[in-house]
Amino acid sequence: MNFPEDLFYTKDHEWVKIEGDTALVGITDFAQGELGDIVFVEVDTVGDTINIGDIFGTVEAVKTVSDLYMPISGEIIEFNEGLEASPETVNADPYGEGWMIRVKLTDSNREGLLNAADYKALIGH
Amino acid sequence: MSDTATAILKTPFFHIHQALGAKILPFAGYEMPITYSGVIQEHECVRNKVGVFDVSHMGEFILRGPHALDLIQKTTSNDASKLTDGKVQYSCFPNLDGGIVDDLLVYRIKEDQYMLVVNASNIEKDWNWLKQNDTWGVEMLNISGKTSLLAVQGPLASKTLQKLTDFQLDSLAYYTFAKFQFAGVENALVSATGYTGSGGFEIYFDNEHADLMWEKIFEAGKEFGIEPVGLACRDTLRLEMGFCLYGNDINDTTSPIEAGLGWITKFTKDFNNKAALEAQKTNGVSKKLVGFELVDKGIPRHDYEICDAEGNTIGIVTSGTMAPSLKKAVGMGYVPSEYSAVDAQIFIKVRDKLLAAKVVKMPFYKA
Repeated sequence: MNFPEDLFYTKDHEWVKIEGDTALVGITDFAQGELGDIVFVEVDTVGDTINIGDIFGTVEAVKTVSDLYMPISGEIIEFNEGLEASPETVNADPYGEGWMIRVKLTDSNREGLLNAADYKALIGH
Repeated sequence: MSDTATAILKTPFFHIHQALGAKILPFAGYEMPITYSGVIQEHECVRNKVGVFDVSHMGEFILRGPHALDLIQKTTSNDASKLTDGKVQYSCFPNLDGGIVDDLLVYRIKEDQYMLVVNASNIEKDWNWLKQNDTWGVEMLNISGKTSLLAVQGPLASKTLQKLTDFQLDSLAYYTFAKFQFAGVENALVSATGYTGSGGFEIYFDNEHADLMWEKIFEAGKEFGIEPVGLACRDTLRLEMGFCLYGNDINDTTSPIEAGLGWITKFTKDFNNKAALEAQKTNGVSKKLVGFELVDKGIPRHDYEICDAEGNTIGIVTSGTMAPSLKKAVGMGYVPSEYSAVDAQIFIKVRDKLLAAKVVKMPFYKA
């Protein structure tokens, strides 16, 4: 299982890649594996400003549904439209083509973000 | 002996599932394989090739003696007197309050000897129910703990298994069975049944043969692309067929008539709660189990509310999934009878949104 060093992680199994004043958000390799085949990613919060820890969307696998939590506070400026036709991309490439949202950061609160080593420890890897 | 918690059980194949890296979770008191390669791949494997389910958690009871049939007739809704040797029947145990104790398969092994196959989660409940109804002193054996069961399902199941026996498997019609030497095991019970809608067989044998059976079946199926398949795809496969799952679609409070199981409820014989169920059949029921597909995008799940166009709750989803063979979101649920006709518009409440759905005829999947 892969956990890139340049990302931050949350205990809810999202990852965030901070690039200046915006960030990309998705779910971790561990999360996609636990969920199994992902068949629907629902994000209808584009344009909304959402606080760290609040729900921004939902990911549906064949057998389970799971909420998606904001790893950082900000305005959701983009949803990865590619996931509408190919939600399975989240399974195949969780840190790349399987990214879920782009966020314009609204504050500098990074509380609760874990580095790769801490996240690996959290999930027992 | 301070620990009174019930220990979780393992089937004889547990070590194999572990070695294969299956995702294993507790189900009905057993550590069961949920997925191996992934639910969609496993689902497609059963639809197109051949897959093997370990369903050894299922319960098996042997009923013997001159009154075995009497007990079965009293406790089950279908007419077991129609069975001949080697025939299987789908049936249910009605309770006395309008609900269902369990659904089951009844095997007639020979005159005065039957095998009942029940859900793992209900083994104790069913056993007690039978004992409670037994006014004849029928000889009953619970062989669940020593019996292994593999369901080998899919269009290439027959070709796979034929390599392991001289018995002509094609001669076994749907819902019939025979006992014969299979994979070197004497007296394996091979049944042309399943829970997938893709054909295949279920093989019952003593636990001591488990490793050998698994090995031989996978060796025989290698050329056909055989794969181990888990309970996750068992659920998507059965749901595509509209087969009821006890605990989801039927339970202690749902009647067989409401659940669309009128076809296994035979009023030509006497049985528990016959009068009340016959009245339902004659007078009609106020709610019915229907199949539906989502028109809007989303996935229905167990316990989601079914609503009318105004958002009033009219029923409940009992099973739902994205159906891998259909690429559609489908489900089953109870609705008032006026909403039960094909094409009736209903709505499923998903995360406080009303998603349009329509009632469709089951099975959802047509081979």
